[in-house]
Amino acid sequence: MRVTATAEFMLEPAFFPVEPNKDAGTSRDAISHGQRVGPGLDTRHGTILTLEDISVSFDGFRALNNLNLYIGVGELRCIIGPNGAGKTTLMDVITGKTRPSHGKAWFGETLDLTQMSEVQIAQAGIGRKFQKPTVFEALSVFENLELAQKTDKSVWASLRARLTGEQKDRITDVLETIRLTTSVNRPAGLLSHGQKQFLEIGMLLMQDPQLLLLDEPVAGMTDAETEFTAELFKSLAGKHSLMVVEHDMGFVGSIADHVTVLHQGSVLAEGSLEQVQENERVIEVYLGR
Amino acid sequence: MNQPLLVTATQKAGPKITIAVGAVILALLLALPLLSLLSPISVFHVSAYTLTLVGKILCYAIVALALDLVWGYAGLLSLGHGLFFALGGYAMGMYLMRQASGDGLPAFMTFLSWTELPWYWTGTSSFLWAMCLVVLAPGLLALVFGFFAFRSRIKGVYFSIMTQALTFAGMLLFFRNETGFGGNNGFTNFRTILGFGITEPGTRAVLFFATVVLLVASLFIGWRLAQSKFGRVLTALRDAENRLMFCGYDPRGFKLFVWVLSAVLCGLAGALYVPQVGIINPSEMSPTNSIEAAVWVALGGRGTLIGPLLGAGVVNGMKSWFTVAFPEYWLFFLGALFIVVTLYLPKGVIGLLKKRGEQ
Ligand SMILES: Nc1ncnc2c1ncn2[C@@H]1O[C@H](COP(=O)(O)OP(=O)(O)OP(=O)(O)O)[C@@H](O)[C@H]1O
Ligand SMILES: [Mg+2]
Repeated sequence: MRVTATAEFMLEPAFFPVEPNKDAGTSRDAISHGQRVGPGLDTRHGTILTLEDISVSFDGFRALNNLNLYIGVGELRCIIGPNGAGKTTLMDVITGKTRPSHGKAWFGETLDLTQMSEVQIAQAGIGRKFQKPTVFEALSVFENLELAQKTDKSVWASLRARLTGEQKDRITDVLETIRLTTSVNRPAGLLSHGQKQFLEIGMLLMQDPQLLLLDEPVAGMTDAETEFTAELFKSLAGKHSLMVVEHDMGFVGSIADHVTVLHQGSVLAEGSLEQVQENERVIEVYLGR
Repeated sequence: MNQPLLVTATQKAGPKITIAVGAVILALLLALPLLSLLSPISVFHVSAYTLTLVGKILCYAIVALALDLVWGYAGLLSLGHGLFFALGGYAMGMYLMRQASGDGLPAFMTFLSWTELPWYWTGTSSFLWAMCLVVLAPGLLALVFGFFAFRSRIKGVYFSIMTQALTFAGMLLFFRNETGFGGNNGFTNFRTILGFGITEPGTRAVLFFATVVLLVASLFIGWRLAQSKFGRVLTALRDAENRLMFCGYDPRGFKLFVWVLSAVLCGLAGALYVPQVGIINPSEMSPTNSIEAAVWVALGGRGTLIGPLLGAGVVNGMKSWFTVAFPEYWLFFLGALFIVVTLYLPKGVIGLLKKRGEQ
């Protein structure tokens, strides 16, 4: 039997191409490449993540200070900034690990991240790679990917879970993507630093979130691995939205069309990498370091 | 060139040897109660003392396995598992007291000139209800304690201290005469169970047999859990709880499930322990008992299924020898053992054997 495109299928494409936002630079300057129709996530205005006026203080020290940030659907955004600028804290706020003292954080148009637990946020479709690669060291590479897989993650389901052929194929695909096929049965604790980075990225791929937060993903990778990661991220953009924190400017230049510079907990500049690199305040911050 | 062959050979032989040794031990354990029924003059006769001693150690082995499920797999070191064991034991003990006292109140209550049974002991003259209590008392306590502890994200040493405090509080409560648990002396002087004389060889043999069945069942449950995705989630939780949450798993439910399961297994072990040993008193809840259980698991090798059984067997075997030879030095020896294991055998005896196997 031949599969033909039915009317319903055509009504619900996985992907709506949308013109990049013409108003880039104004308040909602998120660049949106497309709108992924994710189940349950309302992204009508093309913005997947909205952070407004976010502040976080640790014992009086302002790690984030009235921060505003918008990420568009399908966008690949890079966040740069000197050490201690608040980049990791920003990810902590988005994933529910740290609660902001004030400010708004919306995922899509309807989900208030400040009211959700870490688990709820993860289940809603935000995945995260930690700055220090964190994998389940005692488990094999395969088992790490298996646990990350997008599926019912309740106690009851875990007691009865059996991998379907389709799920196994997905794991095989991801193993190939992250080039760990030959290490499939090795305990993750025995992998090199770079391999752990890839495994964690692979776990994110298995989780299939709509928004991926990647904290220094290429730290400890060789040049070839970095180049490969850049290709991987570019291929993910569009289908997913990505927010990448990185110090490696070469890497940032190779992937991002839109860069946000963070300094002392606030956005210092935003624009293309060339634009921000010419920005005098940015130069001052980086040279004065 | 030879080495890979050798390695695969030992790896293949590993499980086979384990299965063979396990089968032999199981056959011996099943033979013991039968041999105890032989005439005392027979050379193969097993004395009541030996049968009781081994039965007792098997009950401890179940506790060790239950503790390993929460400690070795989920990383929650409980120093209060003696409490769950004792609760199961007390529920069974009360049934035995009621059997012994017929229609009247148990002896310790008439001694206090009580005229009515406290409400919480209602229905304990029924064996079935007593069995329900064996499961419910430790299970519900673990559920409530675990719910609040895991909700507040209490972990590591704080969790251990809280469990230790819990069993200590339990001990103080049960020590008091007015709480209705027999005070200092606990429950003893049992006569019959389901109408059968408790010291009769036949009864002893059946109780022993039931203990072996419970041990095998616990092993099977542990094995199935360890093989399942649930078991892998527990391991992940032990090593990187944050990562697991950001993968979308709620750790609380997983911890609570294994925690309650472990408590119930301990309760069942306690219920089989009491009729075999013939007494239950608050000293079973003493903090040192729970710590000892942790030593069994650490010595045998945590995170494995066989390790805790081995640990419970070895330590208790030594203990019964020590308490005859030099009773006053047992606790010193136990402490020294714990230090040696922590320093030199982080993976226990099983870890050592595995290493030997690989070399
Ligand atoms: N839990 C905490 N308690 C106190 N201070 C904190 C805490 N977390 C972060 N900080 C402080 O907040 C500031 C921002 O930290 P953050 O980790 O977000 O920086 P970063 O931009 O990720 O830096 P890096 O590039 O080094 O990773 C730092 O000065 C840090 O010391
Ligand atoms: Mg950081």
